[in-house]
Amino acid sequence: MNERTIVVVSAGLSQPSSTRLLADRLAEATVTELAGRGLVAQVRHVELRDLAHDVVNAMLTGFPSGDLAAAVEAVTGADGLVVVTPVFTASYSGLFKSFVDILDKDALVGVPVLLGATGGTARHSLALEYALRPLFAYLRADVQPTAVFAATDDWAAAGSEGPDGTLPARIRRAGRELATAVAGREPSAPTGLYDEVPSFEQLLHDQS
Amino acid sequence: MQFGIFTVGDVTTDPTTGRTPDDTERVRSMLTIAQHADEAGLDVFATGEHHNPPFVPSSPTTLLGYLAGVTKRVILSTSTTLITTNDPVRLAEEYAMLQVVSDGRMDLMMGRGNTGPVYPWFGKDIRQGIPLAIENYALLRRLWEEEVVDWQGRFRTPLQGFTSTPRPLDGVPPFVWHGSIRSPEIAEQAAYYGDGFFHNNIFWPMSHTKQMVSFYRQRFEHYGHGQADQAIVGLGGQVFMRKDSQRAWDEFRPYFDNAPVYGHGPTMEDFTRETPLTVGSPQQVIDRYASFREDVGDYQRQLFLIDHAGLPLKTVLEQIDLLAEEVVPVLRREAESHRPAHVPADPPSHADRVAAARAAGTLHTPTVAAADHWTGRTAEDDLVAADAVTVPAD
Repeated sequence: MNERTIVVVSAGLSQPSSTRLLADRLAEATVTELAGRGLVAQVRHVELRDLAHDVVNAMLTGFPSGDLAAAVEAVTGADGLVVVTPVFTASYSGLFKSFVDILDKDALVGVPVLLGATGGTARHSLALEYALRPLFAYLRADVQPTAVFAATDDWAAAGSEGPDGTLPARIRRAGRELATAVAGREPSAPTGLYDEVPSFEQLLHDQS
Repeated sequence: MQFGIFTVGDVTTDPTTGRTPDDTERVRSMLTIAQHADEAGLDVFATGEHHNPPFVPSSPTTLLGYLAGVTKRVILSTSTTLITTNDPVRLAEEYAMLQVVSDGRMDLMMGRGNTGPVYPWFGKDIRQGIPLAIENYALLRRLWEEEVVDWQGRFRTPLQGFTSTPRPLDGVPPFVWHGSIRSPEIAEQAAYYGDGFFHNNIFWPMSHTKQMVSFYRQRFEHYGHGQADQAIVGLGGQVFMRKDSQRAWDEFRPYFDNAPVYGHGPTMEDFTRETPLTVGSPQQVIDRYASFREDVGDYQRQLFLIDHAGLPLKTVLEQIDLLAEEVVPVLRREAESHRPAHVPADPPSHADRVAAARAAGTLHTPTVAAADHWTGRTAEDDLVAADAVTVPAD
């Protein structure tokens, strides 16, 4: 049981996308840290751009169709999640939020989640704290303390020095946190709609 | 196997003409549709129950009671009866009355309702949907099975010495289905009682339906009602047919594109692939629906939604004719040719249930009639005086 699944959700719209770039770096850091703990991580990418139409259809029909069904299954069955969105108009992108909206509200309970966001300047970096963190707190996910924001400047060779260090240093720290949380948890078993159905005796008993 | 139609009773603008029927016209259309289904030889007509526009069927037993009088053969049913927001006492009374009036040519399907505001309008809370369904149905059964009921629960005024009238026809309550799309608790409930389970899969992929039905079948066996493959299963369906497949696609597309629920969403191509919606020739409908037994096992009832999204009455009646003349006879023959002998062909009829209760010695015969607190008379006094009731020997 030394295998874990890390699912990386990225909501970038352009190709190539700096959001995907950050997501890849965060996943890589996590995999490296897990390897140091003797765990082999399988990484699966969910690129929301490819699922955009299916996401809207799911909101309208109530069920995920096509590749989206597999993506939802991967996300809800992951041992750890890396989620990265571009900051649009002071918050996560609409596509990112729509994807989260179609997940079952209990699907991410206790799941370690590493937050990331990208934007033009570091002035948007708190979107991670006032928008993404409360969203995943609502879902009762295990949100890691370090959330990583990459502004355009951060991709410069030296990175922007600040109290939190360079982008590579922040990525390493975040990967370490996620790896620690994933390693400290039982591997997630595939859960189905039918795994925790109370028996009818329980249903009747709960009435009193 | 039974084949029929179920209606949501939506009032929707016909997107091709911009015309919207009023509530009266829609109710009358529903009556015409049901009568036509009966004359054409379909097995079931079921109506939904709604308490908010744009839906008109708020009072199913009034509608079905009238239909009982003007139809001959069709089984009258519901899709669904709200077990959450209705008072189970009223349900016991109304559906026993319908059972007597229709001479047992009815059954009903319990559902919870998914419209948030309807719950508070009836003094309930949607978050209590499952507990309401469990408690209310448990009481409903007692009211049908036991003559005098003392009862106390969470959601309703207690009852002391209450007798629901009329007593069920021949002492045997109507057959009950439980409909649910997403909640395994309801499949569990259906299995526990040995009732039917209906999966209205019209907006869902078959993979989901298959899992839910399989869960119900396993639990049905677990509770000792028979083998899993003997459980009573019904499915929803949705079709639009013309002899010429391309004509069906062209004619139905504006209705699809503007339909409530899924309109302006997925393409008709996507939706027909992912869900049971089948648009095309009668043969295409036959091919698709004949294959469902491979996913859910041999099942007993298939209902089709054919009168929604603003389709004109004339078109709906043509759909009924196509179903009755070209589709159902073939599907029935197909189903019959695959069905093992130990699997029931149909859901239990009233006559089947009377025979079964008699064989099991569980026929509920009127025995003790409670005295009326105000007049001091008992129902027995009336019976003796009238000398009009015979109690079956067993």
